[in-house]
Amino acid sequence: MHRTGELYGQYKTLEQQKETASLGMWIFLVQEILFFGGIFLAYAINRHLYPTAFGISGNMLSLPLGFANTVVLIASSFTMAMSVWSAQTSKKQLVTIFLILTLILGCVFLGVKVKEYKDKFDHHLIPGHGFDITYCSKNPTACNLEGKDLANEIKEIEEGIELEGGETALNAHAQLYFSLYFGMTGLHALHMIIGAGLLLWLILDARKGRFDVNYNTPVENVGLYWHFVDIVWIFLFPLLYLINRHLA
Amino acid sequence: MSENGHHVVSPKLYAAILAALLVGTWITVQAAKIDLGPWNIVLALFIATVKMSLVILFFMHGKYSPKRTQLVIISGFFWLAIMLGLTMTDYKTRSPEPSRTSYPPAITIHRA
Amino acid sequence: MSATTTAAGKHQLPREHYLNATYGIRSWLLTTDHKRIALLYLASVTFFFFVGGIFATLIRIHLLTPNGLLVTPETYNKLFTMHGVAMIFFFLIPSIPAILGNFLIPIMIGAKDLAFPKINLLSWYIYLVGGSFVLYSFATGGLDTGWTFYTPLSSIYSNSAVTPAVIGIFINGFSSILTGLNFLVTVHTMRAPGMTWFRLPLFVWAHYATSLIMILGTPVIAITLLLAGLERMFHFGFFNPAYGGDPILFQHLFWFYSHPAVYIMILPAMGVISEIIPTFARKPIFGYSFIAASSIGIAVIGFIVWAHHMFLTGEATYAAIAFSFLSYLVAIPSAVKVFNWTSTLYKGSVSYDTPMLYALGFIGLFTIGGLTGLFLACLGLDIHLHDTYFVIAHFHYIMVGGAVMGYVGGLHFWWPKITGRLYPEFLARSAAIILFIGFNLTFFPQFILGGLGMPRRYHNYPPEFQVLNVMSTAGASILALGYLLPMVYLTWSMRYGKVAGPNPWPSTGLEWKTDSPPLTENFHETPVVDWEPYDFVHRPDLGLAGAKAPGKLAPAHGDD
Repeated sequence: MHRTGELYGQYKTLEQQKETASLGMWIFLVQEILFFGGIFLAYAINRHLYPTAFGISGNMLSLPLGFANTVVLIASSFTMAMSVWSAQTSKKQLVTIFLILTLILGCVFLGVKVKEYKDKFDHHLIPGHGFDITYCSKNPTACNLEGKDLANEIKEIEEGIELEGGETALNAHAQLYFSLYFGMTGLHALHMIIGAGLLLWLILDARKGRFDVNYNTPVENVGLYWHFVDIVWIFLFPLLYLINRHLA
Repeated sequence: MSENGHHVVSPKLYAAILAALLVGTWITVQAAKIDLGPWNIVLALFIATVKMSLVILFFMHGKYSPKRTQLVIISGFFWLAIMLGLTMTDYKTRSPEPSRTSYPPAITIHRA
Repeated sequence: MSATTTAAGKHQLPREHYLNATYGIRSWLLTTDHKRIALLYLASVTFFFFVGGIFATLIRIHLLTPNGLLVTPETYNKLFTMHGVAMIFFFLIPSIPAILGNFLIPIMIGAKDLAFPKINLLSWYIYLVGGSFVLYSFATGGLDTGWTFYTPLSSIYSNSAVTPAVIGIFINGFSSILTGLNFLVTVHTMRAPGMTWFRLPLFVWAHYATSLIMILGTPVIAITLLLAGLERMFHFGFFNPAYGGDPILFQHLFWFYSHPAVYIMILPAMGVISEIIPTFARKPIFGYSFIAASSIGIAVIGFIVWAHHMFLTGEATYAAIAFSFLSYLVAIPSAVKVFNWTSTLYKGSVSYDTPMLYALGFIGLFTIGGLTGLFLACLGLDIHLHDTYFVIAHFHYIMVGGAVMGYVGGLHFWWPKITGRLYPEFLARSAAIILFIGFNLTFFPQFILGGLGMPRRYHNYPPEFQVLNVMSTAGASILALGYLLPMVYLTWSMRYGKVAGPNPWPSTGLEWKTDSPPLTENFHETPVVDWEPYDFVHRPDLGLAGAKAPGKLAPAHGDD
């Protein structure tokens, strides 16, 4: 890959090269919009069909963890933007520092996600054998549920069973929600991991002082990718975590 | 301020956007705790759209990008709208199956 | 390098060109030269054409008798599925863009290479990886879901090797996306000085429109197959009615890509025709800006008609009417092209060289295929014709009679540029005619069969349909000959063909100003474009009768 701001053979000027790389990344992101769009469509249709099950299932997610993750990602977008600014103003040391901060925040996000996935596993919320949306209301200690939370949960489940026409139906549609939950957050997490890899690659180059006012295209373009992944989460958070929170 | 003809956004502006995004996140959480019926989702998506726009315009330099780039961004969303909108027209205009009262009936799931 | 006239003495191959610039297997497998990558694609795409063709042969042999001659019903399901998957994803979609597009676009716009040459090479490797997964699927049980992978058969009940196939097509999608990305950026940022948008060859416009579809549509099939694969592997419930999932949702997502995909398959072929017709009529193309605009129009409107594949799924009447109307609408830009091509012929100095035979065949066969699409877009008719052989005949007329003829015609047209040599003309014209006859004999009976009610994807049929089926199989054997002949003589010509010179036809594009074969960097120096496209009149260097001196440069506007 690029080692310095050298001109590749097929370009006539550095400006053309930069313009080309930027346009390429934006077009790639458009493609990503349609990619995620497909699963968002699946989500929209199914939420439209099963609002009750989606509401109950959404309340199974940890709001504090989801909120924390959102804050973490937004902060990482800020540090990423600052890294680009540092490159544009030739503050080479700051470029590395902000990139490292972005990477750390990204890893925090992924770590929280691991915890959340583990919780789903413990609470019998992985689609497939053993899925049971009523598990936590029946085994409150296993889920650290007590007092008002437990009472609300039991009430929600009971109402849900009534509205959906049976526990089996509720379980079926809740599995649909969690299939989408794992699909959407899993796809997002995969993109974050790729982003982390890109950041690592940038950090290694930045430490050698490669990015400055004359050449910062990789930082900018990885930044675009990172911001895109942030935007996907900006939509995932309310859609998955904030469905019927007034009931909880 | 600009270097080499490329617009450089100031850290102050970035910090302001960061603050706005954090405030927006807090608002959307609080709003979710109030029962607004069908308007909950509308409000949540509206706030998310505003946050997304801030990220695109300022963090991604969309505001300072050439018209061609802006057209590329808008086309992406336009096509997403086509996919979501036209598909929804099928679901919204279906009549419910005549023999049932809810969508769909409860079925026993057979596990192999 | 001055352009020489046709048949003006013997030509010599240039001393140095892209084929002999470097030697060795590594120089090919690690090349970033768009021309070499095009040839790499030529090899792999031809391989998959054979794979799909073998399945087609087995199908047609099986259908010689009413109760099926060759295979069990389950195997028959696998035959048509694998035929479809191989042909659509690994032959039709890449063929013209990845081979001719890769080779020609940089040269046509006056650039040294595409915008992202390494990504171009990566696209080819991704294609190979995707293809390997699919071949693995074929070899370990095959696929029996139909190339449309409808759920819940594909995601739950099928016992065939769906998962590796779905992974393979998913991966292959990125080859398509990266190619489209490369083309879009290249056309935007890499044009030579003076090459304004309305001086671009229509081949480039066609590929630009195709690339739009690749970028906007392919990711949707990717996510769709991913969801179906997740459902199959982990019992996620997106399309499973037992969980409340909706199989129709799969169809919406699937067809959102797969309908625009058919325009990915035909638009490049139309671009080829737009280059061949003016050349062999020796006239500027009629209605340049209309053809350019119609390419973009097809790409855009093609995205809003997909539910015409779903008329029989219980769609609401209003939605169906809307999609039917839009489907009629998308025929209009295609018709514009056909009218413009035929108008180009009027009062032209027409010769019937091999590429022209393919182009003329294209116009006729594509028109038939397109018109029968209107039959299918009509709601009342579709109820009877859906899932019959009428549909099969319709799309084969467009895909084979259209896209493949465009591909083969394009290969012939640019063969001198790619290899520096000419193929044997008499043999080539004979092959074109054999192909045309074989094609019509294969597929016209299928229109009749469909109208009479023979369903598609059935391993057997009522005895009264046998005559037409036998005709179709007989036609297929002639068609096969029509395909095999070029493979033989084109290969032969690479070594023994007559040396072509830079501009054998002659034609007017920038690519005909380079050597045959071109230098690795395409041009000795960056060209400056100061002529209008398809200008046969002000080009005395072409040696055509009635040529005028190059006039003063008109203000660049590109209307003809």
